[in-house]
This record gives sequence, C-alpha cells and structure tokens, in this order.
Amino acid sequence: MKTFDYVRPASVAEAVAAAAAPGAAFLAAGTNLLDLMKGGIARPDRLVDVTRLPGLDRIERSHDGGFRIGATVRNADLAHDAAFARACPAVAEALLSGASAQLRNAATTGGNLLQRTRCPYFYDTASACNKREPGSGCDAREGENRLHAVLGWSDSCIATNPSDLCVPLVALDAIVEIEGRAGRREIPLEAFHRLPGDAPERDSVLEPGDLIVAVRVPAEAAAFAGHARYLKVRERTSYAFAVVSAAAGLRLEGGRIAEARIALGGVALKPWRAREAEATLAGAPAGPEAFRRAADVALAEARPSGDNAFKIELARRIVVRALTLAAAGTPDRVAALPASAFAASTGATLHV
Amino acid sequence: MSLTATFTVNGVRRQVDLPDPRVTLLDLLRERLDLTGTKKGCDRGQCGACTILVNGRRTNACLALAISHDGAEITTIEGLATDGVLHPVQEAFIAHDGFQCGFCTPGQIMSAVGLIAEGQAGMDPERVREGMSGNLCRCGAYAGITEAVLDAQARLDAQDRSQAA
Repeated sequence: MKTFDYVRPASVAEAVAAAAAPGAAFLAAGTNLLDLMKGGIARPDRLVDVTRLPGLDRIERSHDGGFRIGATVRNADLAHDAAFARACPAVAEALLSGASAQLRNAATTGGNLLQRTRCPYFYDTASACNKREPGSGCDAREGENRLHAVLGWSDSCIATNPSDLCVPLVALDAIVEIEGRAGRREIPLEAFHRLPGDAPERDSVLEPGDLIVAVRVPAEAAAFAGHARYLKVRERTSYAFAVVSAAAGLRLEGGRIAEARIALGGVALKPWRAREAEATLAGAPAGPEAFRRAADVALAEARPSGDNAFKIELARRIVVRALTLAAAGTPDRVAALPASAFAASTGATLHV
Repeated sequence: MSLTATFTVNGVRRQVDLPDPRVTLLDLLRERLDLTGTKKGCDRGQCGACTILVNGRRTNACLALAISHDGAEITTIEGLATDGVLHPVQEAFIAHDGFQCGFCTPGQIMSAVGLIAEGQAGMDPERVREGMSGNLCRCGAYAGITEAVLDAQARLDAQDRSQAA
C-alpha cells in the first residue's frame, strides 16, 4: 500500500476543503477503499477521515414522514432501525442481503453509494482497464465476462455497479445531499451514478471535494411498504454480490396496481430504474401477465456484452418474481435468507 | 505528522504511536501488541478470520484503519476467557467439534459472540448460518459451528434468565 497523509477534520466544511486537493480521498469505514489500496488500485495521497464528523451518523424522520439517513450511518444500524425498516422494507432486505454481518457493522451509507465495481479486471492491476487507467483498454471485453453488464454499457467499459442498497433506494426516488466547495446541493440518486460512455473512470457526478452528507427517502416511499421486496440471485447462498437483483414495490387498489416501482441491480454500471416498465403496470391487475409484460419492457434495450446473454432472461424472471413476491405482501420479518431466490413465493424455503 | 492512538484492548488501556498511518487494527494487534490470536487469512475482508469486536460490534480487523479507531474498545479472542474459565461460546465450539485445523476458529468464535449480542438469529439454524456467512471455514466444520452457536445461544439465554430471576 502506498503511504498517505491522514487528516481528521472537525467539520464538514474542513472535510470538503481537505479533500478538494488532487489525490485526496474520503475515508469512512474503508471496507472498500482499504481493499482497493491494498491492491494498488486506489493510491490516494491523503485520507480525509469523515467518521467523526458531527451530525452525519443519524437517521432522522422529517415532519412529512420521509427519512434522512446520515452519510456515516452504518448499514446494520439502518437495516435494524425499526421505523425505517417498517417504512422501507425492501431497503432493509437489500442491506441484509449484502456483504457479511461484520462488514455491515462497519460500512456506511455514503460509502455504499461510492463503492467501486467488482469487475475482476478493474481489480487486477496487470489487466487493461479504462476505469482504473483511462485509455488503457478493457480486458473484460474479451475475457471472463459472464457477470458483466447487459444495459447501458459501452465499448470502453462493461462493468456493473455492485450495490444492493442503491437498487431499492433508486426505486423509491431517493435523493443524495452533497456538500461541495460551492455549498450544498441535491441530486436524485438516479442521476448520481454515471454510465460509462467514453469516461468510465468517473463513477458518479461528484466533483473533487464533494462529500455525501445524507441520503433522503421521500415520504411517498411508505405507500409501497405493504408490497415491497428485494430479490437477489447470487452464485452462493450468502455473502456474494448480485448476478442480477431487483427491487419491486406495488401500491395496490382493489387488486389493481395503482403505482409500481422497479429497479434492477447487477445489470449496469448504475442502479437501473425501469420507469417504462413501471408505467405498463399502472392500472393493470396484479398478476403474471402484467408482470411478464413489464419485465419484457424493462429489458427491451438489453444486449449481451460478452458471455452474459443469460443475464437478460434471468433479469426478466427476477423482475417477475420480485413483483410476484411484492404482490403477495411484505413479510412481517425479513426472511432468514434475505432477498434469497431460495424462498418460494408462498414463503416456504426451497433451500435445504 | 506524528500520530498517537489509545485503545482499550481486552480491558487494558494501550497507547500506541502510529508513525505510519497504514496500520490496520489487525496488524496493530498482531505485530504491535503481540495478540496473535486474531488471524490474518485473506487480509481483504473476504474470509472473516480477523473478526474482532470493536465497541462491542463484530468487525473485520483487516479493513479497519487503526488510527481511524482511536479511542475504541477492542475485544479479541484472548479477552474472552475470564480467570481461566472459557467463554460459553468457546466451550460450545469444543463440545460440538466446531473446528478442525483451527485457523478460522478465533474469527468464528468472535463472530458468534457478536451474532449472539446482536440478538437477530435466535434459535433458528438458518438465521445462524446466514449470520455466520462472513466467516469461511475451509475444513468445512460448518455443521459443528452452527450447533455450537445454537448451544452457546441457549446457554447464554439460560444464564440471562437465572441472573434475572
């Protein structure tokens, strides 16, 4: 690991100033950053420790019923916050399906939004990777790419965003609060991550010094609480990133869908909101025909970036299954295997 | 900049100089404080062998920068037994053969202590397996590990009840 200067600012303003210098990076839990630094993928000159900044570690309820999640709130604390989990059960389920209990105890909300892709070519400094080293090429294109993107990819990068948390959050219209050199601003989470285009080295719209201070979930999210699920296919039962995942939320009125929310994970370099698919569900009866139609629309633009055509049909089926589970109703308690495909839509466990 | 940090490790206050900020909690414990019970497996947060309690919560020591945890209360496997009497989780791992080679065991045991403290799994073996999935065991002692965690959970519950009575 390359050496670095360590600074611990006392205020958000100090943190922004300290991180605006070239080569600076924010340090929260470090569960992704330290890993990247050990591998020589991230080589910051200065770490700006934000873990003790005042006021960033709180989950607050706004007067209208929305939530404001401080950037340094730990994943486990958010998932187990009773009021939050009741209003946003798919977010809690997504959090509990991610990483391990040890990592969830440390990893933060802001850090989750900023985690880098797990593309193995990004991690291997001997490989060409436009995200790690702009202009060097993309060895994933001709490499082991069965897990890579099927939506929104470009010739320069076919990596995916690994976040579970961001998938239901983007479905619920979450907003990112950012403090920068020019002051405070807000960006919808949907517009926060960038598709690769010809500049895959930039993961998000953040500028140097920009600090995520909070993520807000609007009050409208609670309307989906009774019919909200997250479903995640992994290559092992637990402690693995998504091959494909989906968040689904339904607002039902007399057996018909008044409003639907759908987002996909593991398919693109950003959490993928499927707005056109949502629109096809408005007014439709909640059932397999409508769900399959929505899934077809959600994946209409998908195309394989390598040996991963299977992910397109898998994603369609996961959308249908997530919608089916959502229609059946949010369980009182998150399942023993959160977001697992080993749970039948009836609630029985298929895993033995 | 000269960096100094203070930790309470297994109940003992330790002040350490950290002239190089790259030191993780794992390397601090093993290389500076001679507490080698905490194991370095993958050193990348994938195996759980380095699991310790930081302020009572189980955490991967390999991905925690020591200087960032200045002031923390740390419990390692060396701090579990009191006056030569094993912790109920340690006893349960022995009783149920929750290990073979033993390398992952300190991490497994610390993770189990953290899991029981979190109180989310109860006596459901599926929830225990899921809650312990951040600790890999290449010998495959998982069946014994799950039994040990459930047994320890039951023993600690009984202890709590008798103390409350």
